[in-house]
Amino acid sequence: MFDALSQKIQDAFRSITGKGKISEDNIQDALKEIRIALLEADVNFKVVKDFIARVKEAAVGQEITKGLNAAQQLVKIVNDQLVDMLGGEFQELNFSGNPPHVIMMVGLQGAGKTTSCGKLARILAAEGRHPLLVPCDVYRPAAILQLETVGSQVGVPVFDAKGINSPVLIVKQALKEARNTGRDTLIIDTAGRLHIDDALMNELKELKALVSPKEILFVADAMTGQDAVQSAGAFHESLALTGLVLTKMDGDARGGAALSVKSVTGCPIKFVGTGEKLDQFERFFPDRMASRILGMGDVLSLVERVQEKVDQEEALKLQQKMLKNQFTLDDFSKSLEQIGKLGDLNSLMGMMPGMSKVKQKIDVNKETSQLKWMRAMISSMTPDERDNHAILTSKRKQRIAKGSGRSVEEINQMLKQFMQMKQMMSLMTKPGKLGKLRQLFGRAGLGDFAKSMFPGNSPKLPEGVDEARLMELLQQNDGKLTPEAMRELGMAGPTASADGNRKARPKKDRKKQKAKRKQGRRKR
Amino acid sequence: MFEKAKSLFRRKEGERESETTQQPKTFFTQLKQGLRKTRDQLSQRLQSVMGGRAIDDEVLEELEELLIGADLGVATTMQLMEQIRVQAKKAKIQDGGSLREILHDQISAILKQNPQMPWEVDQHPAVILIAGVNGVGKTTTIGKLAHRFTSSGKKVVLCAADTFRAAATEQLEIWAERAGVIVVTKDDSKDPASVVFDAMQRAKSEQADVVLVDTAGRLHNNPNLMNELAKIRRVTEREVAGAPHHVVLIIDAVTGQNGLHQAKQFVDKIGVSDLIITKLDGTAKGGVAVAISNELQLPIQFIGVGEKIDDLIPFNADEFVDALLD
Repeated sequence: MFDALSQKIQDAFRSITGKGKISEDNIQDALKEIRIALLEADVNFKVVKDFIARVKEAAVGQEITKGLNAAQQLVKIVNDQLVDMLGGEFQELNFSGNPPHVIMMVGLQGAGKTTSCGKLARILAAEGRHPLLVPCDVYRPAAILQLETVGSQVGVPVFDAKGINSPVLIVKQALKEARNTGRDTLIIDTAGRLHIDDALMNELKELKALVSPKEILFVADAMTGQDAVQSAGAFHESLALTGLVLTKMDGDARGGAALSVKSVTGCPIKFVGTGEKLDQFERFFPDRMASRILGMGDVLSLVERVQEKVDQEEALKLQQKMLKNQFTLDDFSKSLEQIGKLGDLNSLMGMMPGMSKVKQKIDVNKETSQLKWMRAMISSMTPDERDNHAILTSKRKQRIAKGSGRSVEEINQMLKQFMQMKQMMSLMTKPGKLGKLRQLFGRAGLGDFAKSMFPGNSPKLPEGVDEARLMELLQQNDGKLTPEAMRELGMAGPTASADGNRKARPKKDRKKQKAKRKQGRRKR
Repeated sequence: MFEKAKSLFRRKEGERESETTQQPKTFFTQLKQGLRKTRDQLSQRLQSVMGGRAIDDEVLEELEELLIGADLGVATTMQLMEQIRVQAKKAKIQDGGSLREILHDQISAILKQNPQMPWEVDQHPAVILIAGVNGVGKTTTIGKLAHRFTSSGKKVVLCAADTFRAAATEQLEIWAERAGVIVVTKDDSKDPASVVFDAMQRAKSEQADVVLVDTAGRLHNNPNLMNELAKIRRVTEREVAGAPHHVVLIIDAVTGQNGLHQAKQFVDKIGVSDLIITKLDGTAKGGVAVAISNELQLPIQFIGVGEKIDDLIPFNADEFVDALLD
């Protein structure tokens, strides 16, 4: 979503860090970069102006002195301002008062109102509510039929509006039906309209006065440009919106409209549509989005997804095997399967810290199909071969190639990746190899995903180390972690490795104690 | 035919006909209506920007914001600003009017790089593939195009190849009825390519002049759906010689800079030949079209300026820019 934007902002910060010191001038450069990045991301230019002013004020107010902490400081300021701008804490839908509760969905044509209605109904039904979908789009051809189809797909009843061509009448009767049939939540799908169409805007006002909805959600397309401010502003002015829904977030739009719409209406973004399927609808978390913008990755969402989709028992078993260095091709195949379950690599990588750059370099779709092919190759092996890849002769490889429809070269490649993963896993279990490990990630395309699969096994950064900066330094030095870089990040140098010392100490202590005991014995 | 379709439409859309104008709609009046808001804002701001002041950095900066605000994008804006700066200096320009002229010339020059040709629909049948991301107005535009072609005496077949979205087929059927044209559907099929195949056969047997293929909205970064679209293209290629004769990408005027990504991907996958910009009757300026036209060398054929069946008008670069800056 915001990947491209985060890349730009990272670059802007790089120009600061490169100079090593922040002056009025290079803060200007960075701000200019941020401005362009935000404009290219379709954030409205007025909003950008406001945002830049806020960042500048906050940065200057903190009396930035010198050194690299200043850059980190600036990242934090930008992050905080973004979170602030995107809406602070998450806000639930308002269901106070007596049912039936009414939720009205409004917006421009083609924003995705009808689909969002269906998705919202599905979520609310799953949460134990009893929604009724109310089709009020009497203008667009087949709009009512569309809602009926969507309703049946999510298993939520749709009010039968056939023969009624006034939205007001439809809503009146739907309210009656909801009371009679015990539906506690009405979701009203209104027709798409232009904010300058007075007649249709008045119709919405009329509807609002009739049902006094608890929530009026403005559905906005994430691909919207500068005009987002005008349309959302006008809708808010005439209806007093209570929240926003951002659709088509699965596209590659930078989604600056989110910032624009939020800042002009002041309404929280409550949901985001992330795909065409009716379960691709999520709550919106500003803090997660902000850290994504800054390339810090959406680790929270990633962890949630891992917990939801990955078979934890299976993962633990695989982890144990790796620790004991008993990782076979069979296990490799299983871990590939687990990765596949997490969803497409594209979205996965977007969530990972520092991955936005890597993502640009690799062809994610190719990688995804490669995952499939690799599993096919392993499936074409005999159990013995899977247990011990060392017995794979060229004759066996030829047979496997035929069986899986791939070439021998591809099998060799797969085996190489398997070996790399094995090697990497063994490195993961050893302390103090962070630099080497990262280097390996760079080489083995799959290392990044493997890391995400085993949450417990991922190398933990010492507290207080800035991950973004770390990745940056690693990139500068070809993946090597130099002692200077470690010092800069506030990590102990390699000689004074905390892990190393912890292991060494008890041994020394034991020796000392032994010596003491001996002395004591001698004295006696 | 035209009048009949129109009256049929009016009856259905009676409630929406709030501002029917009596005089015939020319490109200019329609576009002006559509772009009225835009124009007012732009010219007002140009006036306030210039306000008799000499051209200094502040003026140029505000001009820059004005172009950015019209969704022209950072790159195109920078390019335009550079040219304006040079020319204003060279010609020693002092007032807003001249600055506006320069701006007008620059933008229309970009748009004129790719003049739109009258659509060749003399093949039998001429296949026109309509594509775009979700919710840009593909089906509505097809309804309007069908009406346009029948008005000029062509026999039109619509192909309902959006087998994904709920009720998309029904929506197209209603448009077909309004425009009085044949529509090919396949009720139980989830395979758009097979519907396209049927439509090609039908068009050949009916000796239709034009086939308009409605495809499902798809995000340009979804490879599977883009491949599906490429397959649809291949089916038309195989079934009708020289097809598709036009591949039209629909861009929503509201779209921001992502429009450029969209266009690039669609060009890459299915070789777009023309653009249609929809929803220009709102306050959105559709400036991204300038950027797309500039970068991808694609002509804009039509613009959509309303929900009525005749609210689709041929694009005219000069008048478009005129209306934008007037």
